[in-house]
Amino acid sequence: MAGVTIQTPDGPKTVQVPWKTISTVILVIFVLLLLNSTYYSVEANEVGIVQRFGRYAAPPRQPGLHFKWPWGIEKVTKVPVSLVRKQEFGFRTLEAGIQTRYAAKSRELSEESLMLSGDLNCAEVEWSVQYTIKDPASFLFNVRAPETTLRDMSESIMREVVGERSVTEVLTSGRQEINVEVKAKLQETLDAYGAGINITQVILQGVNPPDMVKASFNEVNQAQQEMDRTINQAYQAYNQAIPKAKGDAEKMISEAEGYAMERVNESQGDVARFNNILEEYQKAKQITRWRIYLETMSEILPEIRSKTIIDSEIQSVLPLLELEPEGRKK
Amino acid sequence: MKATSLTVLFIVFVVAFLLFNAAYTVDETEQVIITQWGKPVGDPISEPGLKFKTPFIQNVNRFEKRLIEWDGDAEEMPTLDKKFIWVDLTARWRIQDPLKFYLSVKDEMGAQARIDDIVDGATRAIVSSLNLIETVRTTNREFSVTVDQGYMAEKDMSDFQVEVGRHEIGVRIKERCASQLEPYGVELVDVRLRRINYVSEVRRKVYDRMISERKRMAEYYRSQGEGEKAKIDGKREKELRSIASEAYKTAEEIRGKADAEATKIYAESFGADPEFYAFLKTLESYKAALTGDVNLVISTDSSFFSLIKDPGGVEEED
Repeated sequence: MAGVTIQTPDGPKTVQVPWKTISTVILVIFVLLLLNSTYYSVEANEVGIVQRFGRYAAPPRQPGLHFKWPWGIEKVTKVPVSLVRKQEFGFRTLEAGIQTRYAAKSRELSEESLMLSGDLNCAEVEWSVQYTIKDPASFLFNVRAPETTLRDMSESIMREVVGERSVTEVLTSGRQEINVEVKAKLQETLDAYGAGINITQVILQGVNPPDMVKASFNEVNQAQQEMDRTINQAYQAYNQAIPKAKGDAEKMISEAEGYAMERVNESQGDVARFNNILEEYQKAKQITRWRIYLETMSEILPEIRSKTIIDSEIQSVLPLLELEPEGRKK
Repeated sequence: MKATSLTVLFIVFVVAFLLFNAAYTVDETEQVIITQWGKPVGDPISEPGLKFKTPFIQNVNRFEKRLIEWDGDAEEMPTLDKKFIWVDLTARWRIQDPLKFYLSVKDEMGAQARIDDIVDGATRAIVSSLNLIETVRTTNREFSVTVDQGYMAEKDMSDFQVEVGRHEIGVRIKERCASQLEPYGVELVDVRLRRINYVSEVRRKVYDRMISERKRMAEYYRSQGEGEKAKIDGKREKELRSIASEAYKTAEEIRGKADAEATKIYAESFGADPEFYAFLKTLESYKAALTGDVNLVISTDSSFFSLIKDPGGVEEED
């Protein structure tokens, strides 16, 4: 063991340096560092992509503990493949939860959502794209900024698809179709770039007319409802009137039928009575005539309040008569 | 002994140092050009892995191998039909020939600037030769005009027909720029129209037009409602009259038939002795007519009162 000679004011001095201890400590630290960079763990939702001297060493490492060469010989990039990611267009979620909060609509956001429809109207379309990484190696090695690329292409394709439709279609019936079409086209484009991204869903969140014209769109809705209401009211009036009229008609006919029955029955009754009387009458005509006449008269005369019997010889009857009932009271 | 081991240590150290300087790796995402005193040497290397070069005198220049994003600034430009719009493009490109790239534009910054100029020029040329609708629509797909049918029918659909279309504009810009960018070792992979928007003055006019269009639609719905109502009201009135009049007709027919029947019955029976019938009927009508306040003045000549003056005698008649 050699000592180190140091010059001191008291003269040269030899100090014993613990070389052995120092080198042992350095060695231990070195080995520990080495060991520390030789293993890595891959979490449940990710895979590890290993590059040996920069070259991709397939296959992707599955979740678990793995070893690698240290000193930058092997480099591991972990890619969360089963994590569903989401990008938002025209809106931003500040805080997701039961009551999700959204960022206030800034100029930038409204530029992102404002687009032209096929009939050259404007609409503000908000949508989101959900995706996973289907091929981690492609995701890392083919496109430099895969997620920016997804954003750019999503914006371009959404405008292309909306540009194929009238503003009314975009605002009402075409939403599902738009989702499907954008998803297919976006997937096709990203596959052409080899971006390794799988689009799981495209969702139109909100489609609105620009604020300035919103009121007039609402007016159309109102007018539609008004139209429905007017028509319904007309039908209501119709439904109220027609069944009643039908009932009235049936009543009228039933009454007529009643009348007919009555008329025929009465006539038959009258005839039966007449025939009976006639039968008897023919047996003793004069007597019967008189009898009927007298019977009738005796029935009639008591009913008449005022009766004046005039001798057939009297020529002028007028002076005797007070034709007015009031006059008679006097 | 001590000197030799020191020498060996020194040699090992130097060799290791040279080796470290000579070795380099090429990543999956890179392509590399080796330069010697600033001058490129050999072919570009795009195969990833461990490589060696002459230490110290050769340098490694790394270039991106992946697809690179290009995002142009939104530019204001007119279309053929004199509409001013903002055109915002996005493109993807790659360094196809690193050697040319290195010699002409040096790095990505230089390339992006070159792409800016070339793409902007091509875009202006193409957009200004086309109508606005061409930058919006891609095909001549028919609008499914389920809701605004009545309203759309008034509009001329030929205003919305395209010959080139939005997607094709991107393709044309790409084609036009490709040959211009080739000398820079740049391959333009894809060009897309990202955003097209009206400039703000035009936008205000468009909003005004949208408002007036919607107002027209609202009017259309209202008048359609009124029209339907009038139709239904008319139908109701018609049916009411038809029901009532038909009922009247049927009722009168029934009554008429009954009257006829009764008349026939009476005639058949009373015809047996019309004189007697007249006699009975007359008396009956007296009964009905002479009641209450009737002031009856009757002569003693009448059969009923003839006996008041003269009881008469018995004459043998029969």
